[in-house]
Amino acid sequence: MDIQEYFSLVFSDYTLRTITLGTAILGAVTGMLGSFAVLRKQSLLGDAISHAALPGIAISFLITGAKDSNTLLLGALVSGLIGTFWIRGIVNKTHLKSDTALGLILSLFFGFGMLLLTFIQKQPNANQAGLDKYLFGQAATLVESDVWMMAIVTGICLFVLLLFWKEFKILLFDKDYAKTLGFNTKAIDILITSFIVLAIVLGLQTVGVVLMSAMLLAPAAAARQWTNSLATMVFLAALFGAFSGVFGTAISASQNNLSTGPVIVLVAAVFVFISFVFSPSRGLLFKQIRFIKNRRDLELHKTLAFMYNIAETHDDISHPHEIKILNNFQGFTKGTLKKLVEKNYVTLQGSTWSLTNEGFKSALNLYNQLTKNDE
Amino acid sequence: MSSAQIEIQLIASLVAIACAIPGTFLVLRKMAMISDAISHSILPGIVVGFFITQDLNSPVLILLAALTGVITVVLVEYIQKTGLVKEDTAIGLVFPVLFSIGVLMIAKKANDIHLDIDAVLVGELALAPFDRLMISGVDVGPKSLWIIGTILIITIILLIAFFKELKLSTFDKGLAASLGFSPAIIHYGLMTVSSITTVGAFDAVGAILVVALMIAPAATAYLLTTDLKKMLVLSIVFGVFSAISGYWFAHWLDASIAGSITTMLGLLFLVVYLFAPSKGVIAVMYRERQQRTEVSLLTFLLHLKNHDEEEERHVNHLNEHINWQKVRSKTVLDLALKNNMIVIDNNIVSLTSKGDKFTTQAIDYIITNEDAQIEGMKDDFFLFRG
Repeated sequence: MDIQEYFSLVFSDYTLRTITLGTAILGAVTGMLGSFAVLRKQSLLGDAISHAALPGIAISFLITGAKDSNTLLLGALVSGLIGTFWIRGIVNKTHLKSDTALGLILSLFFGFGMLLLTFIQKQPNANQAGLDKYLFGQAATLVESDVWMMAIVTGICLFVLLLFWKEFKILLFDKDYAKTLGFNTKAIDILITSFIVLAIVLGLQTVGVVLMSAMLLAPAAAARQWTNSLATMVFLAALFGAFSGVFGTAISASQNNLSTGPVIVLVAAVFVFISFVFSPSRGLLFKQIRFIKNRRDLELHKTLAFMYNIAETHDDISHPHEIKILNNFQGFTKGTLKKLVEKNYVTLQGSTWSLTNEGFKSALNLYNQLTKNDE
Repeated sequence: MSSAQIEIQLIASLVAIACAIPGTFLVLRKMAMISDAISHSILPGIVVGFFITQDLNSPVLILLAALTGVITVVLVEYIQKTGLVKEDTAIGLVFPVLFSIGVLMIAKKANDIHLDIDAVLVGELALAPFDRLMISGVDVGPKSLWIIGTILIITIILLIAFFKELKLSTFDKGLAASLGFSPAIIHYGLMTVSSITTVGAFDAVGAILVVALMIAPAATAYLLTTDLKKMLVLSIVFGVFSAISGYWFAHWLDASIAGSITTMLGLLFLVVYLFAPSKGVIAVMYRERQQRTEVSLLTFLLHLKNHDEEEERHVNHLNEHINWQKVRSKTVLDLALKNNMIVIDNNIVSLTSKGDKFTTQAIDYIITNEDAQIEGMKDDFFLFRG
C-alpha cells in the first residue's frame, strides 16, 4: 500500500480510520498540554510519568484479571499521579534535585512494573498476553471505543483549559504574582499537572511508555519557535501533534514492518527540526543570515570610516586615492567597495577611489554617532 | 547454591558497583536524567554494531554504542546552546528520536535475528551464565562477567587517578577551570564512562535497571551523607545489597531479576527517604513543626514584653489577639512554661527575668544577625541553627 492508496482508504476502511483519528486526537491533546509542560520546565516529567504508569497497569490487571483498556488506564493514571506527587515530595522535602527525583521515580516504578509483568506472565491466566504492548504501544489495537474515550478526554481538557485559561497563564509566567492576587496556586498547579498525567496515560496504548515523552514535547517545542503568544503556541502545538499523528500513521501503514509509535515520533521530530531551522524570528537559518548581514554592515562602516579618515586630511574630499592603501585594512573587500559605489558614497576611477560629498557626509554622521555613543 | 546462581549474583554485584561510581557523580552534577537519555539512545549504536559484527558481546559493539551515548550528550548540549529550548526539553527530544531510529532499524532489518527490544530494555540476567567465554577451548566464565569486570576495573582506575579532578570539577567548576583542569575533558570523560558502563551492563540487566542502579543508590546515599567518599562507599554498598537481595526475591517470586533488583532499590530508597536522620521526610517535617512553634513562641514573648497592661496578658486574650488555635496556643504556653520564660498567675501571663533576657537577646540577634550572642540558646532551639 502506498501513501495515495492510504488516503483513499482512510475514509472507507474502519481500522485505518479509527487509528488515524485516534493518533490525530492523541497528537492534538498531547501537543496542547505539552505546551504547558515545556513552558513550566517539566519536559522530562512526561518521560518519568509514562514509565511510572507501568506498575499501575500491572496492578489493575492483577486486581481485575481482565484486559479492559479503560480500567488498565485508570490504574496507570493512579500510579502516574502517585509518581508525580512523589517527585514533588522529593524535590520539596529533601535536597535532591529534580533531575535525580525524576530519574529515581522513572526507573524504580518501571522496574517494579516489570517485576509485576513478569510475575503476571507466570500466572495461569491465559488472558495476560499482550500487556507488554503498553511498553512500545500498538496503534493497531485501537478500537472505536478507545477513540471515543480519547475524544471525550480531549473535550474535557479543552473545556478546563478554556475555563481556567487566565489562571494557567498567570501561573505559568508569574507564580508569585498569581499568589499575591489570591489565586490558589497549589490547586491550579495540581490541576494542570493532573491533566498532563492524563494526556500521557492516554497515549500509552498508542505510542507506548518509552516514546510518550517525545509526543508531549516535540509538538510544543516546534510550536514555541513560531510564536511568543501562549494561545497561538497551544493551538500550533495541537496542530503539529495532530499532523504528526496522521502522517506517522500514513507512513507506517504504507510500509511493512514499521511500528506506528516510532514513526509518529520521527515525524514530530521532523517538525521540530524544520521549526528550529526555518522559523523566521528564532530559527537558526535566519539567525545566521542576520548575523552575516550585521557583520557586513559593520565592515562597510569600518571601510567608510577609514576612507573618511584619509579624506579628512585633504582639502578636497574627493581627491582620488589608490585602492592599494585599503588593502592592509581589515574589513576591506572588493564587495564592500562595490557596495559603497552602489550607495553612491564612493566613485571609482581605474585603480583609485574618491569619496563623494554624500559619502563624506554619511561618514561624518557615522563618526558623530560613534562619538555620541562613546559619551 | 549452584554455580550459576553464584555467577548471577556476582555479575549483578559487579554491575551495581560499576554503575554506582559514575552514578554518584551524575547525581551530584545534576545530570541524572542524562543517564536515562544515554540508556535509551545507545540503541541505534547497538543495532549498527550488531549488523557489523553479528555478535552482541563484541567490543566493537560496546564502543559504537558508547559513541552513540557521547553523541547524545553532544546533541543535547548543541540544541541547548542554540537557546531555542531549555536543557530538559533538549534531552526529552533527543533520546526518543534516537531510540525510534533504533526500533525502526530492528523492525526493518533484524526481524529474524536475535535482537529483541524487550531484552534491550529489561535484559535477562538469568541467561547470563549460559553465554560462556571460551579461550582456546577452556571455559573461563560467563562473557558478561568478563565484560563488566573489565569495565569496572577501568572505572576504578580512572576514579583513583582522577579523584581529585572529579571532586573539584563537580563542586566548583570555576575553581577547577582556573586551576587548569579542563572541565570539558572531565565532563566528556565521565559521559564516556557512563555510556560504556550502560552498554556493558545493558546486556545483562537492561537499560532501565542501569538507570536505576546509577541513580537510586547515589540518591539514597546522598540523603545520608554529604561526604563524597562516604557517599561513594554507601552507594556501592546499597547497590550490592539490592543486587543480592533482589536476586533472592526474584528467585522466590519466580519473576524478572532486573525488576526485582529495582524494586529492592526502591524499597531501600523509600526507607531512607522517610527515616534518614536529618534529611528524611519525617525529620524534615518534625523540624519544620518545631520551627513553627518556636517562631510562635518568640512572637508570644515579644507580645508579652511589649504590653504591661493586664488585659493584654490574659490567657484567653491570646487566643483572640494573636489569632492562634487553642491547641497551638497551649503548646506555645507549655513550651514557654517549661523553659521558665513565663509565669502564670491568676490567668495573667508575665515574663520571668529569664524570659525577658531571652527576648532581648532574640531581638538583638534578629536585628544584628550576630551569632556570638546566642551560642547558648542554640542547643535549645532549632530556629537559630541556621
